[in-house]
Amino acid sequence: METSTGTDIEREAGGASPRTWLKRSWQLRMGILGGVVIAGLILTAIFAPLLAPRDPYEQNIAERLLPPSFFDGGQSAYPLGTDQLGRDLLSRLIYGSRISLLVGLSAVCLEVIIGVLLGLLAGFYGRWIDSVISFALNVMVSFPFILLAMSLVAVLGPSLQNIIIALGCTGWPVFTRVTRVETMKLKERDFIHAATSLGFGTRRILLNHILPNLMPAILVIATVEISRAIILESLLSFLGLGIQPPTPSWGVMLAEGRDHMLMLWWLAAFPGAAIFLSSLGINLLGDAVRDIVDPYLRKG
Amino acid sequence: MFQSDDGNFRNQLALVRDRRGHSPGGAGGRTRYRTVPKDLLELLVRCNDCRICIKIRESMRTYIIRRLIEAVAVCLAISMISFFLLFLNADPALLLLPPEAQVEDIARFKSEMGLDRPVIIQYVDYLGKIVLHGDFGVSFVNKIPTVELIADRFPATLKLALASLLIATVISISVGTIAAIKRYSIIDNIATLIALMGQAMPLYWLGIMLIIIFGVWLRVLPISGDDTWAHLILPAVTLGAWLIPLNMRLVRSGMLEVLTQDYIRTARAKGLKESRVIIKHAFRNAAIPVITILGMQLGSMLGGAVVTETVFAWPGLGRLAVDSIRMGDYPVVQAVVVIFAIFTILGNLAADILGAVIDPRIRLD
Repeated sequence: METSTGTDIEREAGGASPRTWLKRSWQLRMGILGGVVIAGLILTAIFAPLLAPRDPYEQNIAERLLPPSFFDGGQSAYPLGTDQLGRDLLSRLIYGSRISLLVGLSAVCLEVIIGVLLGLLAGFYGRWIDSVISFALNVMVSFPFILLAMSLVAVLGPSLQNIIIALGCTGWPVFTRVTRVETMKLKERDFIHAATSLGFGTRRILLNHILPNLMPAILVIATVEISRAIILESLLSFLGLGIQPPTPSWGVMLAEGRDHMLMLWWLAAFPGAAIFLSSLGINLLGDAVRDIVDPYLRKG
Repeated sequence: MFQSDDGNFRNQLALVRDRRGHSPGGAGGRTRYRTVPKDLLELLVRCNDCRICIKIRESMRTYIIRRLIEAVAVCLAISMISFFLLFLNADPALLLLPPEAQVEDIARFKSEMGLDRPVIIQYVDYLGKIVLHGDFGVSFVNKIPTVELIADRFPATLKLALASLLIATVISISVGTIAAIKRYSIIDNIATLIALMGQAMPLYWLGIMLIIIFGVWLRVLPISGDDTWAHLILPAVTLGAWLIPLNMRLVRSGMLEVLTQDYIRTARAKGLKESRVIIKHAFRNAAIPVITILGMQLGSMLGGAVVTETVFAWPGLGRLAVDSIRMGDYPVVQAVVVIFAIFTILGNLAADILGAVIDPRIRLD
């Protein structure tokens, strides 16, 4: 989201000033920090059974609603305390990373497939195909998409698969918009004209010549979209229209913690902090990736 | 949002002249992005009858008309999608009646609600009622007209939206401006950091944390309901905080761009006070994109209101929608979806037209 103006000013000033360098290195450091957070998240998700001290579903009514071990009355057996059914909060948080990553990655994959395909078609063929797809884009952008995703899940039934479908079906416009415009620009370039005059088929041109040039932009948007999908999944679960209890999703845990927030604030604070940290890490990484991959994307 | 492509002046002049719009590359494709350079338009401001001038005005008129037609079409499509979504799953009758209902009860209920007719007929009927009478049907659950339910809840959402907009605008403009003037200073870095964190913050978690901090620990603010003005503070701050990161970055980048312009240098060279330069010369120009962005944000703000209202038990449209989705009260859901969509479209339309009127560099096609 950094503007082009910044670079313009710097160019006018004659190259990178020490302050610019400082800022870039700061951004790079933040990117590395984000990368570390995300690597941690991925490792946590993969090695959840090894990391979690207990079974995330194991209930122990006798030891319900225990505070974290570093508070008064906490037990060292439950580092972050227990929830209303006596389940270990830390273990549930660790397993929750699996749901978040799974939903985030799958939903964004679906978004990319739908969005990039439509964008390529609209940008390459133009004419009525473009008009139809642009109209669909307009409709999707004007749709109150939180309500659309909620209605979709309500109608399809709340399950992991349907949440991924609902998020994938509502998130694609951002990919279509970028792919469409970039394809339009690219298809006027000489190398595409060359490919056309060599008699290459449309599919070959789209997939081998145009798509690789779009990858940086798609990659950058995809990182940001993953964090959006994670937040939306937790939101749907929070509203009771997503992952259903007792599955340890951060949104479900937040919703359960909300019932106790007046007395036991940590039950809501920790799952939310997990969502926040993951999303922050992805955004930081995304910003850094954007700078490395394509400085021109800093525009707008 | 809409960056006009920087092309050279002559190319763009050619584009304006050639209304058939062959692309400069000569490939024969229709040029989708026609841009009018600002300098050209400034040259033409006083001209009323030259051909280029008339063409520019014409393109603006056709642009607005086309956007209006498109807006109506988008509205129709959204009402259609939200209507047919109901029929994707199952029989609405089975959703609404208790499971022990007899076959004849179901049949009677269906003919009562008009659910036994073909889906297309039902949609046309539904649409006709909306257009002719503003009738969005009757709530399945409360058995009262949906319009009444919505009219009842609308003021609360409006109040919340306006309050959060006020908070977001004041903070993002003031902080964004300071960050731009004192670029790379501590204030700028802190503002950037907060914007970054704000973008990653789940809205509802922010709401819950505010409730815990201000409602439970400090006990200074009420945490749910809408009885007094104090009840408005936390929801408005939550929703406002959601809008701030993007707006602040826009103000900052807009100010940075404006501050490099020649007329700012002129103003400073004239010996004007820096505060006057910033407020009168720079800010006025930097505010234009921000105003148009506010229109575009109306939609996402309504989406944010859905979440905020749920967290704070704020009796607005968003909570009505969430409750109705949970209970399967589809007429209400449909109505809220359509109304939200209309507001979103109007916001976008206003932003586009305003943007095109103020700044002709915005794409006309």
